[in-house]
Amino acid sequence: MNRLRLATLWLDGCSGCHMSLLDTDERLLDLAAQVDIVYSPLVDAKDFPEQVDVVCIEGAVATDADEARLRLARRRSRLLIAMGDCAVTGNVPAMRNIMGAEAMLRAVYLESRPLKPQIPADGLPHLNEQALPLHHFVPIDLFIPGCPPAADTLFAALGGLLAGIADLRLDTRFGA
Amino acid sequence: MTTPILTLTIDGRPVSGLATETVLQVAGENGIAIPTLCFLDGLSATGACRLCMVEIEGSAKLHPACVTPIQEGMVVTTQSERLRSYRRAIVQLLFAERNHVCAVCVSNGHCELQDLARELGIDHIDFPGRYPALAVDASHSRFVLDHNRCVLCTRCVRVCAEIEGAHTWDVKNRGIRSQIVADLDTPWGTSTTCTGCGKCVHVCPTGALSEKGRSVAEMQKKRPALPYLVANRAEERR
Ligand code: SF4
Ligand code: FES
Repeated sequence: MNRLRLATLWLDGCSGCHMSLLDTDERLLDLAAQVDIVYSPLVDAKDFPEQVDVVCIEGAVATDADEARLRLARRRSRLLIAMGDCAVTGNVPAMRNIMGAEAMLRAVYLESRPLKPQIPADGLPHLNEQALPLHHFVPIDLFIPGCPPAADTLFAALGGLLAGIADLRLDTRFGA
Repeated sequence: MTTPILTLTIDGRPVSGLATETVLQVAGENGIAIPTLCFLDGLSATGACRLCMVEIEGSAKLHPACVTPIQEGMVVTTQSERLRSYRRAIVQLLFAERNHVCAVCVSNGHCELQDLARELGIDHIDFPGRYPALAVDASHSRFVLDHNRCVLCTRCVRVCAEIEGAHTWDVKNRGIRSQIVADLDTPWGTSTTCTGCGKCVHVCPTGALSEKGRSVAEMQKKRPALPYLVANRAEERR
């Protein structure tokens, strides 16, 4: 049997969704027996590979670099899962959309009177004016809201995909 | 004079109710659930949110169940693909209109808007967010009004005017610019009419009105027993 080629991607999020994924405890072993994790912050692969079956994406799109990574993942993956509220709604990263990126950076790094006032820029992608959910850029196959979605929910989603269930009904909500 | 009893059909079931009752009341008495948001038992019904829309045979338009009186022989449908798609659109538009960030909201897990989204199977918002810059009024010593989470249901306005009798709250502007205001648009803490009773906080369906000092997910509302309060008052006046 061909093992499912699974990738995970971390955009503008706190990594809480990835932590929730790890939180499936010993069931990770069952999962590991059925999938190959071909790309993820959790494994040591440098480039997003071709022919991925499922990619779980955490985080909003906050920069052009995020958008490019998202589009590449979409092109190379059969199923794309928006994992967690930041990917689904923009959530906390999108709170800056009210004031815009520049005003937010100034407020945090200059106006809050830090010891060394400077806006970090070296080697960092330029922040877009707004952080936006994934479906503003590419088609999504499955939305899993939750901040983060419970480990059980993520496990049910991946298990359901492995079992080939077409119409997954997940027990989760915004903010979960 | 006794109120006549009328019979009608809701979702294929023959039911009956008093001529003074609405479709929502009769449906409720018969265990037929219709989603609502602005309606709250014990307050006047305004038909503001349009979530309770139902189909009535012989009429091309939809009717808000909370303000539609029953009629003899009426045939009502409360669940259909068309109604479901409108209800889903309404809830999504509410999310898109202001800044509802459930994950960091005082009412996370105890919110009627969040529950509606879940019940209607809304797993993302199709409409682009507006991200308006809205104020948080924390001038009151015990309560907070966060306009970011307000859905303009006007429950707070009605409970304050109709039950507490203070009429501190009202709505300013029109349409998308509408906002809840205290007195003549003064900070809540300087209101001369607010009695500090907290009824508005506890009828508010979202995290827009909360008790000060509550952190994420800590604001659990205790709905005051409004129909009971109203009934007791009517008794006294007699
Ligand atoms: S503050 Fe709460 S009760 Fe008042 S209109 Fe807004 S959502 Fe409704
Ligand atoms: S509950 Fe009927 S219109 Fe809001």
